[in-house]
Amino acid sequence: MSNRYKPGRVIKAPENFIDSSLSQAITKDGLNEERRDFIRKSFVAASAAIASTAAVAKAAAFEGDPLILNHTDYDQTLGLPVASNPYGVPSKYETNLIRRESPGLTQVGGASVAFAPLQGLFGIITPSGLHFERHHQGWQDMDPAKHRFMVMGMVKNPKVYTMDDIMRLPSVSRIHFLECGANTATEWGNVAVPTVQYTHGMVSCSEFTGVPLSVFLDDVGYDKKNAKFILAEGADGSGMTRTINIENALDDVIVAYGQNGEMLRPENGYPLRLVVPGVQGVSSVKWLRRIEVGDMPYGAKDEVSHYVDLMPNGMTRQYTSIQEAKSVITSPSGGQVLVGKGFYNITGLAWSGRGKIKAVDVSTDGGRTWRRARLETPVLSKAFTRFNIDWVWDGSPALLQSRAVDDTGYVQPTINQLREVRGTKSIYHNNAIQTWRVADFGEVTNVQVK
Amino acid sequence: MFKLSKAILAVSLSALSLTAMAQSLPGVGRTALPKEIAAWDIDVRPDFKGIPKGEGSVALGNKVWDEKCASCHGTFGESMEVFGPIVGGTHADDIKTGHVKALWDGSEPKRSTLMKVATLSTIWDYINRAMPWNAPKTLTTNEVYGVVAYILNMGDILPSDFVLSDKNIKEVQQRMPNRNGMISELGVDAEGNNFKKDQKIKYDMWHARGKGDIQAKECMKDCIKKVEFTSTLPDYTCTAHGDLSQQNRFFGPVRGVDQTLGCNPHPSLAELDKEYNTPYKAKPGAKLAVVSITKPASVEPAIAETTGEDLIKQYKCTTCHKMQGKLVGPGFNEVAAKYKGNDKAVSIISHNIKNGIGMMPPHGHIKDADIKKIAEFVLTVK
Repeated sequence: MSNRYKPGRVIKAPENFIDSSLSQAITKDGLNEERRDFIRKSFVAASAAIASTAAVAKAAAFEGDPLILNHTDYDQTLGLPVASNPYGVPSKYETNLIRRESPGLTQVGGASVAFAPLQGLFGIITPSGLHFERHHQGWQDMDPAKHRFMVMGMVKNPKVYTMDDIMRLPSVSRIHFLECGANTATEWGNVAVPTVQYTHGMVSCSEFTGVPLSVFLDDVGYDKKNAKFILAEGADGSGMTRTINIENALDDVIVAYGQNGEMLRPENGYPLRLVVPGVQGVSSVKWLRRIEVGDMPYGAKDEVSHYVDLMPNGMTRQYTSIQEAKSVITSPSGGQVLVGKGFYNITGLAWSGRGKIKAVDVSTDGGRTWRRARLETPVLSKAFTRFNIDWVWDGSPALLQSRAVDDTGYVQPTINQLREVRGTKSIYHNNAIQTWRVADFGEVTNVQVK
Repeated sequence: MFKLSKAILAVSLSALSLTAMAQSLPGVGRTALPKEIAAWDIDVRPDFKGIPKGEGSVALGNKVWDEKCASCHGTFGESMEVFGPIVGGTHADDIKTGHVKALWDGSEPKRSTLMKVATLSTIWDYINRAMPWNAPKTLTTNEVYGVVAYILNMGDILPSDFVLSDKNIKEVQQRMPNRNGMISELGVDAEGNNFKKDQKIKYDMWHARGKGDIQAKECMKDCIKKVEFTSTLPDYTCTAHGDLSQQNRFFGPVRGVDQTLGCNPHPSLAELDKEYNTPYKAKPGAKLAVVSITKPASVEPAIAETTGEDLIKQYKCTTCHKMQGKLVGPGFNEVAAKYKGNDKAVSIISHNIKNGIGMMPPHGHIKDADIKKIAEFVLTVK
């Protein structure tokens, strides 16, 4: 078969040609001698095994795909009954797309991150079980019957609510992204991780259902004259606390119990969490148990020591909370190989903490020229927007980039534009344009360009 | 922390019957009682509103530190093994200026808590609400004062004979090395004063419709003359994230690269600059990618008995223990070495897992048979 190989061309292995354990993605020159020999032998073995079957004899003359010509186990046997999986789970063939930790990023799993597999997701809703996880002191599965929510501080009548109370109230359902302030943090100084799961996987988007925080603030009679900030606090070991300004709190903040049509998952704050749209995820306090109304910011650990921006002059910017417009191409993306030359749908996600996405531009030549991508509906404020654009890969090296523009006119910057203002010591709020290099042999890798 | 005013206290008490309140949501929720508010209202603000009365000496803090803190943070608060360093990188001059020089002069690559934190209230509040890491909210008020004092002593901010208390903590705030190192866009600085120090700040990262600090433009054509590469993945990280073919679907427009089989070395930045700035010509004998058709490894899992090693992952023992060497608790190899030759090792370790020992909490929820398997596995670790 080797005489069919053309330089720079990716050859798609025929279905079932190679035994799964031997059919790993390899590149001819990237292997050491020992491994190359192993693979060669494996190919021979696999070919021999297949040659002994009638199917291959047919395939040699190719009268058609045996998967079409022959019946299958699926079409000639009885399937499983209803409710075999009373709570449905993804196909057994989908187990590659799971949340993953980035090796070496943290030392203990209770204070760590699991990244969402953006490289394989569609549309704008992140399946609840794949929503990224970020915990500061582990997660708990809290008994909703024992959960209490208190609103107090500068209010006329401090109150306690049970889940029974909260779920009786008028609810809203809104689609919003949550992005950790540290998403893409590893890339501030240089390229550090291989795939979009690890570069951008600390963002997810869900339909959240709950009660506007303003309903509770009105109910307790908050001090309209003097209240300037609220503190939100969690019921977990970390007692996560964050300051939110009163304008935001009264605007679109939700005390949420629902996520994508069901209750929140425990890892996402079951039974109650705050959702602060457009603001770095740490403010959307999970396992929410208390709101305090006050008149000055609280200086919590995660607004003084973390989730702040160290500037080149040594000053640290505090409360830089808005997640500004950002986008990334999710496929093709780092760590992937294109299956051959020809047509591709470049697809990705865009979002802005300031409002709606107005446009996404895509470049395949490293930023020389840009084309407008198609925005798929719905396009919602402070939510994922899915973009797609046609691309015919001719087998030559390419550099794929996407650039979001939001409805305030803000244009997603390059990493160098960010560094010019904020230096390289920053950790948080990296919303730079991502570049994926497509090599002429089809492998996609993470690179940075000026 | 919100201090109950007399008026609110009166309202709260009279509302016990819930009849006097005019509620906008009738029948929903009830008035929070003073004791309930006191139980949960533990936050301490930068102006120290909310800090309880109490005191703790550096010596008391030293004792608590050695028992409950040093295993993660190091004897001198310098450790980076589990969490970031607490102490280090601050100097006597910083206490005078209130702005840690190492944050901009590059003399200290790491950033310790004492280098970063402007407000002492933050440290007090956080230790009180969240420490020790595996047993939060178990320190007494005086122990929290002591631990804070000891941390400041390790950072040469307080002398060894100091006793920190609610009476003197505001004065100690004036010795915080980075107390003037914060810019806030809230209109107030870290200590709650009106922020007027830097009028040059024009950005707003706090209000949704504000303006950011970076103004990029939307160019569509002839935007750059030349592509210049600045960074690629270091070759030594090639397999750091495992087998990428198992992190993508085995069908569709792309496959994951299996880098465990060998890595393509990255061309140098100069080579990339050349490749991407000259017309492409297919090279004879160019590299060829064979596309994986691997199915997920987990589609047909081998049916095997759950091992002690599986259980260690299942029950999150690895949160605090590594196979080799100390993390929060001892390495499994260290435990195995300690009990080598002891014929009661399995029962001793099982007892310790079940009932807890030292910093390790009890694990009564794990079945005895599973605990035994875990103990047996631990003893095999070298």
